[in-house]
Amino acid sequence: MRRTDLEAVLEAKGISKRFPGVLALDGVSLALHPGEVHALVGENGAGKSTLIKVFTGVHRPDGGELRYRGRPAAFGTPMAAQHAGISTIYQEVNLVPMMSVARNLLLGREPRGRLGVIDAAAMYEEAARVLAGYGVDTDVRRPLRDLGVGAQQMVALARAVSVDARVVIMDEPTSSLEPREVETLFGVIGRLRESGIAVMYVSHRLDELYRVCDRVSVLRDGRLAHTGDLAGLDRLKLISLMLGRDLGEVRTRGVTGFDRRRSAASTAGSAPAVEARGLTRRHVLDGVDVSVGPGEVVGLGGLLGAGRTETAKAIVGAMPLDGGQVLVAGTPLRGGSTTAAIRAGVSLLPEDRKAEGIIPTLSVRENIALAALPSLARGGVVSDARIDRVVEIFMRRLRIKAASPDQLVSELSGGNQQKVLLARWLAVRPKVLLLDEPTRGIDVGAKAEVQALIDELAQEGLGVLLISSDLEELVEGADRILVLREGAVVGELSGDEVTEERIMATIADQADG
Amino acid sequence: MTSREQVSRVLQQHGALMVLALLVVVGSVAFDSFATAGNAASVVVSSSFLAIIAIGMTFVIISGGIDLSVGSLFVLGGVLAAYGSRYGPVVALLLPLAVCAVVGLLQGLVIARTGMAPFIVTLAGLLGVRGLMLALSDEGATTYLVEDPAFAALGQGGVLGLTYPVYVTIALALGAMVLLQRTGFGQNVYAIGGNEQAAALMGVPVARTKVRVYVMSALLAGLAGALNAARLSSGVTILGIGLELDVIAAVVIGGTLLTGGAGGITGTVAGVLLLGVIQSLINQVGNLTSAFQQVVSGAFLALVVVAQRLLSKAQRLS
Repeated sequence: MRRTDLEAVLEAKGISKRFPGVLALDGVSLALHPGEVHALVGENGAGKSTLIKVFTGVHRPDGGELRYRGRPAAFGTPMAAQHAGISTIYQEVNLVPMMSVARNLLLGREPRGRLGVIDAAAMYEEAARVLAGYGVDTDVRRPLRDLGVGAQQMVALARAVSVDARVVIMDEPTSSLEPREVETLFGVIGRLRESGIAVMYVSHRLDELYRVCDRVSVLRDGRLAHTGDLAGLDRLKLISLMLGRDLGEVRTRGVTGFDRRRSAASTAGSAPAVEARGLTRRHVLDGVDVSVGPGEVVGLGGLLGAGRTETAKAIVGAMPLDGGQVLVAGTPLRGGSTTAAIRAGVSLLPEDRKAEGIIPTLSVRENIALAALPSLARGGVVSDARIDRVVEIFMRRLRIKAASPDQLVSELSGGNQQKVLLARWLAVRPKVLLLDEPTRGIDVGAKAEVQALIDELAQEGLGVLLISSDLEELVEGADRILVLREGAVVGELSGDEVTEERIMATIADQADG
Repeated sequence: MTSREQVSRVLQQHGALMVLALLVVVGSVAFDSFATAGNAASVVVSSSFLAIIAIGMTFVIISGGIDLSVGSLFVLGGVLAAYGSRYGPVVALLLPLAVCAVVGLLQGLVIARTGMAPFIVTLAGLLGVRGLMLALSDEGATTYLVEDPAFAALGQGGVLGLTYPVYVTIALALGAMVLLQRTGFGQNVYAIGGNEQAAALMGVPVARTKVRVYVMSALLAGLAGALNAARLSSGVTILGIGLELDVIAAVVIGGTLLTGGAGGITGTVAGVLLLGVIQSLINQVGNLTSAFQQVVSGAFLALVVVAQRLLSKAQRLS
């Protein structure tokens, strides 16, 4: 009997979820059957996390119906979902680091001795026995934080499964596992499948999906783009479903604000403005080499979690590295210091504007001047007049729409906030600007303006590293594209190779070994 | 586990106890009158009230919170006990406990249900309770005397050279240890302080646990106040103002992390005794006023916090 002939254990029927300003889920229907491993894929903002949170009782849907074991279900809290038998393993290990391994595993279900008091010996024994089945061999009395992340994840998994789960949802479970641990995990998933538990497996690692998953559902922009068996689905097709790019569809140029065809020759001869060599960090980056020449726009392509943001962060010293070096104009940069990077002329416009960029309680003027203050100061004292001059120049140049420089930056539109951030970094006169999703979440008009601005800046000799999930933006904006997969550069495209099809094909290429 | 890691862990958990032992040894060698039964008893007796409150505070701090209202509750508890003693020993004991439990319940509910910062909520509690106490005592003009001899005996009587409050403290400390280490409630307290979000996802009843923690802290503060009133035979309205800070200091010196998630009762008891021994040693020196005790305690607290920071860093690195 086919698994899908069995009645679905967990089913979403036309689920919608709206957040202020965003329709995160738009009529998504999806069924999980007992004994199947179901892949859930989609790019950033596709609605995966929201869907998982609806399944696990964190969010309540605004529309549609959730059915669990044949009956309509409404989980008020994560606890309610868990008690009903839906367990989740989050990407970030959600355990208590300072408590012992055994107590984490058995919290709430500790073996009791006389007088209802916890029997510590029995607890340690049981924990050791359970964890042995997950390949975790450790002193269970030690604090959880002493374990490696992989082993911690195994404890989380063991905990999730041992609470009588019927559905186990795994959110990027392998992102911090060693190959050996991945094998153990796949063994556990196999056991779950045999015992009739439904597993929802969220990952961007295609190799893994094809190894362990039976079926796949693709979310895009809050809608279900595809659902079906994985076995017959071609990799390239899967990627095009995720990215929303039909194969063979060729767009006419000029949709974006990029309006330039610089000849590759103009930049080929000059020395790179910034050069990163062998950037390595365990589980994140694996020997990434990137160089950006003056006036060159280099794109970073790849799926979510491939290491694009991490590469940018590593270059500006915002992420500790296990190995690798960043050279600015041939001089090595002191690692781990964003100050050193900024001083050398390398700045990052971060992906998360709200959390890592703007300071909402400050004015436009203050937000722009912030990073440039050291260069505007004389003897530690900053002249108001000089700030005003700089702020005025950039507000005009970037066409920032604000009532006055003293308006709070939080009152501006997303596009104008992004321009304020651009102004902040341009004010320090960088040689290279790293832009992480510079046009995400801003309206179409502002998007074209920002894109045109990137063009303009590059023509003036600024080196740009452009990270974008928008393939069109990447293809039209970049002179050269490096494609990342699982923290490593798997392809470089330049000249006529810079096409959406080539990027997708490079991502899809099977990794050998 | 590396040896360095082990050392830092032992230091973190038992540092206060080790320093305490060291001070006792030094004190015994330096001052003839220090290592006497009388002096030891006086340190233990005077520490017992602080210890009772600190036991409750340990639960609060491990859960990631703070309770600033305990000093005021201690005073209020004393006033209520003295006031209630005219109706007999049972009322003298239960009246302060009931009132303090209600205050703790209110604070706990506000903290757990609204997610407001414990610092602010219990600061409001501190002020409100202090006002209540002043209203009861006509702004401190009226001092209620303990009129019931049986109740007074609870604070003043004793066996084997130690007063009853000391035995109450020992019993409470032992009970608290079991509660913290060997019951689901204790585990939940650690889990919430260690990672509240994870605890909620693991099915810990976060709100209920928090409410209980604040009720417990308030109850113990009230009990300490009542016992203190019995000891002094009156509901003194000025002692105990600012006591919450001494309590927090003792708990932190005892190795409980202010950030929550780690700590224990043994450390807290050691921390309380340590403060008492420092006081006693300064008294021995003679020409130093007791104000110096606060200078030394303050310096010591700063030292402990810095050491904790370094130790936890060492543990993370290894």
